[in-house]
Amino acid sequence: MISVLRSASLVLRKDLLAEWRSRVVVGQILPFSIVLLLVFGFALDPDRQVLEAATPGLFWITVLLVSMIAAQRSAAIEAGDGATDGLRLSGLDPAGIFIGKTLAVVVQLVLLEVVLALGVTVLFGRELGGWLLLVTATGLATIAIAAAGTLGGTLTQGLAAGQTLLPVLVLPALVPVLLGATQAWEAALSGQDGGWGWAGMCGVVAVLALLLGAASYGSLLDEG
Amino acid sequence: MDSTTGSKATRLMGIFVLLGTALALPMALAWTGRDVTQGDAVRFIYLHVPAAWTMYLSVFAVFIGSVMWLRRRSVFWDMVAEAASEIGVVFALLVLVTGALWGNLTWGTYWEWDARMTSTAVLTILLAGHVALRQATPDVDGRATRSAWLGLALLPNAIIVHYAVDWWRGLHQEATIGPTGAEIQDLQLFTWMFSAVIMTTAWAWLMTHRFRVGFLARQLDVGGVSTALAERRAEADRTWVDQVDRADDLDAATPVQATPVHRSAPEGGA
Repeated sequence: MISVLRSASLVLRKDLLAEWRSRVVVGQILPFSIVLLLVFGFALDPDRQVLEAATPGLFWITVLLVSMIAAQRSAAIEAGDGATDGLRLSGLDPAGIFIGKTLAVVVQLVLLEVVLALGVTVLFGRELGGWLLLVTATGLATIAIAAAGTLGGTLTQGLAAGQTLLPVLVLPALVPVLLGATQAWEAALSGQDGGWGWAGMCGVVAVLALLLGAASYGSLLDEG
Repeated sequence: MDSTTGSKATRLMGIFVLLGTALALPMALAWTGRDVTQGDAVRFIYLHVPAAWTMYLSVFAVFIGSVMWLRRRSVFWDMVAEAASEIGVVFALLVLVTGALWGNLTWGTYWEWDARMTSTAVLTILLAGHVALRQATPDVDGRATRSAWLGLALLPNAIIVHYAVDWWRGLHQEATIGPTGAEIQDLQLFTWMFSAVIMTTAWAWLMTHRFRVGFLARQLDVGGVSTALAERRAEADRTWVDQVDRADDLDAATPVQATPVHRSAPEGGA
């Protein structure tokens, strides 16, 4: 059995290569996320004050929604060509496969978040600050979202209603992350105290999601 | 195959629930006193809190069932988890609805973004998602495994629901009955306890019936393959017999052509 780290690095490289060749994140998910920001602007009436105040929540709602697409895509990379059996028989450590896929989703989400951060600065007029807390909270929340999304994608992979079932299963479980990330961002942007506690909550969810995913991936892969 | 899921035990439980409800109703609605601050609205406690208790019971059953399937592939416990998640949705919705009605009377609003209320709503959606995941997975073993891993995530959520009033300051009141004592006494305390017993028995009654339905459905799932194979074999046998019969009929219909008789030369020459 190939080691966890080696398996993770191989799968990470494979998934990122697949994304690089298909350009789904850049060509489809990124434009969708920008459209979401614009739609929020129209829905909340282009009143700068409302948009500025709601920036952290709107940012993280956008990240959550696009992460569902990224997670489904991550789970479907092998399924489309029937390569799931190959993955199962490859000798790669299942926990490593899960971590590799999660990291691939993290990389894609981070790229999206950089663009979205620019977007909220320009479109909503909210200046970013408190960089240490902002980056830490964003990183921990992104890992939690990617891990839960990857696990959810595997749980629902191959099911007829899988695409609609994934958000129903994953989004409620990510409510603590949404809450923590939003509060941490608000604390960072407005210079208030208490942001690190919220960032810590995102970290706890990230650890739990990674552990659950690593433990379950093997049996879920076998059942798929 | 049995055509009913009822038994002596379920009938006894059902009678107990009906009689107990008949007794609990006047106790809850009339015989117990009003609250100093909430007035008659406090009577929701006899329905809302037992419903929450049975919601926790359902989540615990799902968790145990999930663990036992993942560790030992126990079909029994998988069916327990299946029944518990469906019934858990019912009681979770009961908690939310009674809570909303009670909240409107005491707080003037059906909903507040309070930690306990929000986490209860999240738990309800996850329980419904557990049911949906099982229904969406056609393979029997795959269904059990996928829902088992999801079932493990339900218990932490239930813990958050229970301790939310202690961890975060919100609108929802703290526990009425806890390790340090009870805030209600005498007939109120007895009525609360009695309601909890009735609700738990109702839960057990529902669980027993739903478990048996799940057992019968599983037999149909598993037995369905064997039945289909037997039917295919029977069809193949009938087809073979038909072919033989048709061949016989064909032979009977085809006239037999006279074949020339070759006389052999007499022995010894003429």
